[in-house]
Amino acid sequence: MPVLARELEAAGFPTVLVTPMPDGAEHLLAPRILGVEFPFGHAFGRPGDRRTRRRVLESALTLLSGSGAPGTRVDLDIAWPQPRGEAYKAWQPKVPSPLVAMMLARQKR
Amino acid sequence: MRIDSFAFLPRSFRPLFERPPRLPGHEAAVWTPFSKRLAEAKIALLTSAGLYVKATQPPFDGEREKREPTWGDPSWRAIPADVTTPELGMMHLHLNETDILADHEIALPTGTLAELVLEGVVGAATTRHFSVMGFQRAGLEVWRSETAPAIAALLREEGADGVVLAPA
Repeated sequence: MPVLARELEAAGFPTVLVTPMPDGAEHLLAPRILGVEFPFGHAFGRPGDRRTRRRVLESALTLLSGSGAPGTRVDLDIAWPQPRGEAYKAWQPKVPSPLVAMMLARQKR
Repeated sequence: MRIDSFAFLPRSFRPLFERPPRLPGHEAAVWTPFSKRLAEAKIALLTSAGLYVKATQPPFDGEREKREPTWGDPSWRAIPADVTTPELGMMHLHLNETDILADHEIALPTGTLAELVLEGVVGAATTRHFSVMGFQRAGLEVWRSETAPAIAALLREEGADGVVLAPA
């Protein structure tokens, strides 16, 4: 996604990236980064959690409209409400992705 | 505070994401200033959750990815701003889709953006938002050469002033 953000930025559109992996986005020089310590697939919170998604989107828009230099990063101080181990398992697909299945098969050899 | 970028990532994946290689031409900062007040600006959303409109769009190609595990579908879908969760399908083999299919706002907050428009915080939302499937390796080149220019053309047509991107 930092790649798409950069391409759209270069095409003339200011961008902000809401990401659980701000370190990687910083390394890839995404223009504006909002870090969220949320599981993958949950950039704006849990289903039905209107308060969190509103807070994340408003923070992203503030960063989009107000930051003055490339590489601006803000990390949101919101703790994920589930125990980490539970959340770690919950975001992963029920069936391992083809890539993970391939890696596991290689390890077994 | 700095958050932990690897809080929910399997330990074995960490080296893949810690310092991902920069693409040629992506070695320097890129910047477009945000020139309007937010209350006068038109905003678009983009998710990489692999969402598509079931009635009118094909899913992202998961069958080919199953045959070629390092390939990911680099195409894109335009999602109407007034879409409802039951209208959406999702094809992303690297995520559990349960939560997003229960409430797409957690990946593509179309309704939340519409609320901010109604309240006058944001000027307008584009009539279409965007979806891609985020598992990309070789496909990054197609993202650069085809997907990004096509999305940029639609953003131009829509008169978008800024984009909120949310990786899934």
